[in-house]
Amino acid sequence: MNAPSLETPNPWLLAPYSVQERKAETADTATIVLAPPTGHPPLRFEPGQFNMLYLFGVGEIPVSICGDPTDPEHVVHTIRSAGRISAALGGVTTGATVGVRGPYGTGWPIEEATGKDVVIVAGGLGLPPLRPVLLEMLRRRDRYGRIEIIYGAKSPRDLVYYDQIQAWRARSDLRFQTTVDTAGPDWYGDVGVVTTRLPDSRFEPKNTIALICGPEIMMKLAAQALVQRGVDRNAIWVSLERNMKCAIGLCGHCQFGSDFVCRDGPVVRYGTVERAFAFREL
Amino acid sequence: MTADSASPDVPLHLARHPFFRGMDPDFVARLGAIAYERSFEPGAFLVREGDPAEEFWILFSGKVAIEIVLPGRPRTTVQTLGSGDIVGWSWLIEPFISRFDARAVKATRALGIRAASLRSLLNDDPTDGYHLLLRLLPVIAERLENTQLQLLDLHGA
Ligand SMILES: Cc1cc2nc3c(=O)[nH]c(=O)nc-3n(C[C@H](O)[C@H](O)[C@H](O)COP(=O)(O)OP(=O)(O)OC[C@H]3O[C@@H](n4cnc5c(N)ncnc54)[C@H](O)[C@@H]3O)c2cc1C
Ligand code: FES
Repeated sequence: MNAPSLETPNPWLLAPYSVQERKAETADTATIVLAPPTGHPPLRFEPGQFNMLYLFGVGEIPVSICGDPTDPEHVVHTIRSAGRISAALGGVTTGATVGVRGPYGTGWPIEEATGKDVVIVAGGLGLPPLRPVLLEMLRRRDRYGRIEIIYGAKSPRDLVYYDQIQAWRARSDLRFQTTVDTAGPDWYGDVGVVTTRLPDSRFEPKNTIALICGPEIMMKLAAQALVQRGVDRNAIWVSLERNMKCAIGLCGHCQFGSDFVCRDGPVVRYGTVERAFAFREL
Repeated sequence: MTADSASPDVPLHLARHPFFRGMDPDFVARLGAIAYERSFEPGAFLVREGDPAEEFWILFSGKVAIEIVLPGRPRTTVQTLGSGDIVGWSWLIEPFISRFDARAVKATRALGIRAASLRSLLNDDPTDGYHLLLRLLPVIAERLENTQLQLLDLHGA
């Protein structure tokens, strides 16, 4: 477990951050940049961790941190409107106040990936929680073997981080494949579910770490395809999502099998949750 | 689309294509003898829905979109295919009418085989026919599975 940051000794304590910037990503998704209150310590986080975001009079939800880990003065979140609270948070305007507590949970295995090929599979809003790990790996590019990224969305309209993706695609030291489930004639990219791009990906299965984030059914299928390709179950990492309340392992709201997602996750080895993936209602 | 070319490399290309790799070399050589190479410019159709499925296309490079056109709705791509893929199987299933459009979205190189010649080869030697079906079935099964996943809307969860 990653203990709540030492700089926020009381894990319940909300700090009033202000919305510095808001950018619409798609019709229902926006990225917000939050600045800490004056004098507040910067929010250092491990890629993969999440914050609890609170909007006064509306409520609180867990949201992954999507910004650059070396820039803790700017706390970045990409939020899709799934219901009342996420809609309100995604719709905040510049200058508004958002309560932040965190960071919580486990991070992606950056150290364990050293010396290995890295396969990143993101589905839909699974790309934002993977962005910090990719930024971190690119900063120390020589530590890793091949880096293959497959990003799938429902349609071209649902792709987030358009400019960032163009920049990643232009790099020669990684391969970024984008695919959508369906598209119109103006789309020149790939069409098909994310797993259809795996056969095209180049990596050494026995020396690979895979990071997968997206809806559970997509993570399960991608993990199965990677296992079939020869990647060890325990070298595949997934990020779980469950409804949360306390986010500090007390209330039991986020139980997944025998674990609590807020404390033992969200990032876990696929090998440890494979059975739960198979039998739980998806 | 450029004219067919009967390059001497065609049998070699065919034998190296993932779809035919490991198949009986004699059979692949017989297919190679009747196959031809063709290039498609972006926008050109390899196959059109409703047309007789007269050719079996084997892709070497480029990108081909499998598209559905429904009245009153924009043309929708349901899958893209590229190097190492084959396009469709309507040429094997009566009444041999194409069910989708297949359109090059990038410059594409393919090998073609006339469906009538191919069917008669397969009828002449059902063992070859059986082995070709064994290659075709996993492709059909995989595309069916992918279609089911698309219908499930993996990203809507
Ligand atoms: C660790 C973690 C990280 C997350 N990161 C992000 C992120 O980066 N961006 C983002 O937009 N969302 C993220 N979520 C999901 C987000 O927390 C939920 O969308 C939000 O809690 C929904 O609350 P609501 O009041 O808006 O909707 P509600 O009215 O509570 O629910 C609306 C719909 O969303 C479903 N839902 C509720 N909670 C979740 C959940 N936790 N996961 C999946 N579906 C849910 C409900 O079943 C319902 O169908 C994350 C969740 C977790 C647990
Ligand atoms: S949210 Fe309370 S135990 Fe995880």
